[in-house]
Amino acid sequence: MSWPALYAQLVGANRHSTSLGKIWLSVLFIFRVMVLVVAAESVWGDEQSDFTCNTLQPGCENVCYDQFFPVSHIRLWCLQLVFVSTPTLLVAMYVAYRNHSDKKRLLQSSGRSGFLSSKGQEEELETLKKRRLPIAGALWWTYACSLVFRLLFEGGFMYALYVVYDGFQMPRLVQCDQWPCPNLVDCFISRPTEKTIFTVFMATASSICMVLNMAELAYLVAKAVTRSLCGQKERKSSRERMQNKTNQKLLVST
Amino acid sequence: MNWSGLENLLSGVNKYSTAFGRIWLSMVFVFRVLVFVVAAQRVWGDESKDFVCNTRQPGCTNVCYDHIFPISHIRLWALQLIFVTCPSLMVMAHVKLREGKDAKYVALHQGSHLYANPGKKRGGLWWTYLLSLVFKAGFDTSFLYILYRIYHGYDLPKLSKCSIEPCPNTVDCFISRPTEKKIFMLFMVISSALCILMCICEMIYLIGKRISKLLRIRHENERLLFAEQHELTNMAPPRSQYRKTDPTLAGSQLSLTKREKIRENSATTTL
Repeated sequence: MSWPALYAQLVGANRHSTSLGKIWLSVLFIFRVMVLVVAAESVWGDEQSDFTCNTLQPGCENVCYDQFFPVSHIRLWCLQLVFVSTPTLLVAMYVAYRNHSDKKRLLQSSGRSGFLSSKGQEEELETLKKRRLPIAGALWWTYACSLVFRLLFEGGFMYALYVVYDGFQMPRLVQCDQWPCPNLVDCFISRPTEKTIFTVFMATASSICMVLNMAELAYLVAKAVTRSLCGQKERKSSRERMQNKTNQKLLVST
Repeated sequence: MNWSGLENLLSGVNKYSTAFGRIWLSMVFVFRVLVFVVAAQRVWGDESKDFVCNTRQPGCTNVCYDHIFPISHIRLWALQLIFVTCPSLMVMAHVKLREGKDAKYVALHQGSHLYANPGKKRGGLWWTYLLSLVFKAGFDTSFLYILYRIYHGYDLPKLSKCSIEPCPNTVDCFISRPTEKKIFMLFMVISSALCILMCICEMIYLIGKRISKLLRIRHENERLLFAEQHELTNMAPPRSQYRKTDPTLAGSQLSLTKREKIRENSATTTL
């Protein structure tokens, strides 16, 4: 799994995020991806080889392992991290689309006005690439949608983990009587305590990310509301000023 | 595992640290991360496979392993290194915030800067730096304490006895490479302790520097106040006719300090 490639993609889109978004990205990569790679993968490395059942019946261990681990924690977390990072790419795509259309408009307008200096044009194109778009209008909606999707994915995966494994705790002993096991067989999971510790850690990091996302959404909504109120006040005051002017004119004329 | 990514991230912090902070960072990366990656992971590589118990009861080895090693040393150290290196990112974030504010100020005020040097530890950044040191020392200490509690005092016995279900009786279990593991554990514990010591020294240095600066300013002000109150001329002639200003203060932060105000007043007093 090429986490550095994902990081490169996300850092590019990060320029247009709020500060909470930047904190979210750091928490994601340091406390989740790094811990997953460094620690969790080695803890779950021998989950199948060290899963032992108190039986000599061939196939019983395989069947019991499959019953209790339909999908491994590690795979679930990898999928969760991939899905949760994807909405940011929506924002990156929108920014790329905006830049592309602005570039086209710039080239067209410079062509029409006969603006020949290529250096000036290059400079303008460079600033276009490097500028930071303010989060307003369509970008605001894209960004808010990406936050909503992130929340949904995080919540969905946490819930899936909770449902599949009956909570965040890993039991030491599981009992299984699937065919071909001859009777109710005791099966022992490898390193249950360490796995529980890491499951709880990853669940906590997930919840922190969810809280950050909710805070960011609230901040965006608040910013949009204040902007529209300010806009309304300005429009009202300008309307009043116009009214005052016409009133004065009327008075003067009478 | 990409520790080099973390290293790149943190080498940026080096610019804003004190000398102690730089030593701390080198210690962490040379003695802890490097040793961890090169040596410790190999030593603990076969900890599960070579853990043997004197029993043929299926599941007994698993259960005893889980009881003796609730969390492996390697994972604990990996988490410790991740947590301990994070507070430095707080400082970097604060400096970036300052640089951002400075850039906006420059754009609005045509060239004059808000911060002459955004990396200089003054005001809010001093507190952020101190807080990051407190967190670093705190994380290191708590991880050392957790290791102590889990492994009953940095000990790795060659033989442990275990009698948990489904083990039929008290079973002897043998850890793989206990002596080598003990040596590495002591090494990591001692380097952690040295890092904590460095953090504490750095905190004392920062606070001491601040206090001495404040005391010096207060002493100077008292002297000048005394001179003014007793209508004495300047006790020591100023070394230069030009007003001494702090070169690190930007134009917007320049204001007459109390000392300069008193000096101006005393200069204009007619005798």
